[in-house]
Amino acid sequence: MSFEARLSEGKFCIPECTQCKKTVWPPSEFCNHCFGDVQLREGDFEGKVIEFSQQKEGYFCLVEFESIRIMAGISQCPKLGQTVRMSKCGIINASYSFWVV
Amino acid sequence: MNRVGIIGYGITPFTKKDHSTESALLESTRRLFVENPEIMPKEIDAVLVSTNSNTKYLSPILSEMTGVSPKISHTVESLCSSGTNTIVSAYSYIASGLADLVLVAGADRYDSPGQVLEWDNSRGQYKHPVFWASIFSKAYKRRFSVSNEQLAIVPVKNHKQAKDNPNALSEKICTVEDVINSKKITKDLRLLECSRPCTGSASIVLGSEDMVKRLAHSPVWITGIGQKTTSAGFTKNIPSNFMESTKIAGRMSLEMSNKHAKNIDVAEIHDAFSVCEPMALEALGFSADGKGMHTIQELHETDNFKINPRGGLIGAGHPLGATGIAQTIEVTQQLQSNAGNRQVDDPKVGLVHNMSAAATSSTVLVLET
Ligand SMILES: [Zn+2]
Repeated sequence: MSFEARLSEGKFCIPECTQCKKTVWPPSEFCNHCFGDVQLREGDFEGKVIEFSQQKEGYFCLVEFESIRIMAGISQCPKLGQTVRMSKCGIINASYSFWVV
Repeated sequence: MNRVGIIGYGITPFTKKDHSTESALLESTRRLFVENPEIMPKEIDAVLVSTNSNTKYLSPILSEMTGVSPKISHTVESLCSSGTNTIVSAYSYIASGLADLVLVAGADRYDSPGQVLEWDNSRGQYKHPVFWASIFSKAYKRRFSVSNEQLAIVPVKNHKQAKDNPNALSEKICTVEDVINSKKITKDLRLLECSRPCTGSASIVLGSEDMVKRLAHSPVWITGIGQKTTSAGFTKNIPSNFMESTKIAGRMSLEMSNKHAKNIDVAEIHDAFSVCEPMALEALGFSADGKGMHTIQELHETDNFKINPRGGLIGAGHPLGATGIAQTIEVTQQLQSNAGNRQVDDPKVGLVHNMSAAATSSTVLVLET
């Protein structure tokens, strides 16, 4: 299954290369280091808040999961370096969406 | 490698009007040929169009409509820095000898599809550029203890300078309070800190040394080019060094022209959002790290138009594909001492900084008389 197929089921996986074992991000059908095949690693990953801001009542942050960085929504004002987990994710109108707690 | 210079240019006002991309493109090209009668359409051997519009086959269309039958004709697209990318393509054709006289024309509309990079899904539901700009701004303010009021000087300065640019979208000056009190896009970004999409077009003719000597009244040469792409996606950016591509491209362009940042007398900087101006000044070596706002404040207080004399993107408006070309025209006019009330005192060396998608790629040009 592809990263997107799992994401559309609400599951965030880390894509990695079957050959060189490096993380493949953005998700792709092959590794951007060695062109090897990609497999998905499942888990309850811990992320770290790198930066954040606020739009109206909602907060959004730049989060790092291992070597993957994404933008995600967060319901409460985070602290820099705070550990977070993916609480909800999916694909809405052809765009990824991520929420962390 | 052949020398490459700028022979003539044409530009339209930047507006919120509903012209088609083709009609905007034709208008700046018409102005170019009318204002530079020595440039004969028949002599042009390449036509390159810079746009994010989805309109197809624009270079052949523009060629036919302006009486040019070029050898080379195609579109160049690279989001907000399409303009300087097109100039670099034109430079390469001339330097290699594939063409001697190249028309570069850029245009976009206020609703151009180039404003949001749909591909970059790592930004989740935060795809609009205001979100990366907010992260840039927050990180910059945090790292260097800069306040919202200090950053607000960028739009205050650039709207003031745009007032002397008859083609600018902005028509009014604003104060720090106006900026702070303008609509809060996010906690770290106010409406007046954003460059605005608009409809506009800018065209330029570049030529080989022989062509420049024969056709240009006041030649301006492209003596330095630097380009760098670090990624396509915003989140691949290094948070402590958001403008790495600008830093590398700037260094390359100065090296090629054998210049130092202190030799630059006038510069157009890609201020897509207010924080981009101090960040770029630092990345380009005009200011020490964290001191960009000191430079900007001093320039503003002394009414020195050295940085973004036409008002930058914030003051002039940002019709994506036209922006890099309009920046290059401004620096050319400055070097020709032909910039009216915006004229900087006797500049000899100028610089253009144009970037795309949260500075994931940058182009820097050095221009000299
Ligand atoms: Zn690999």
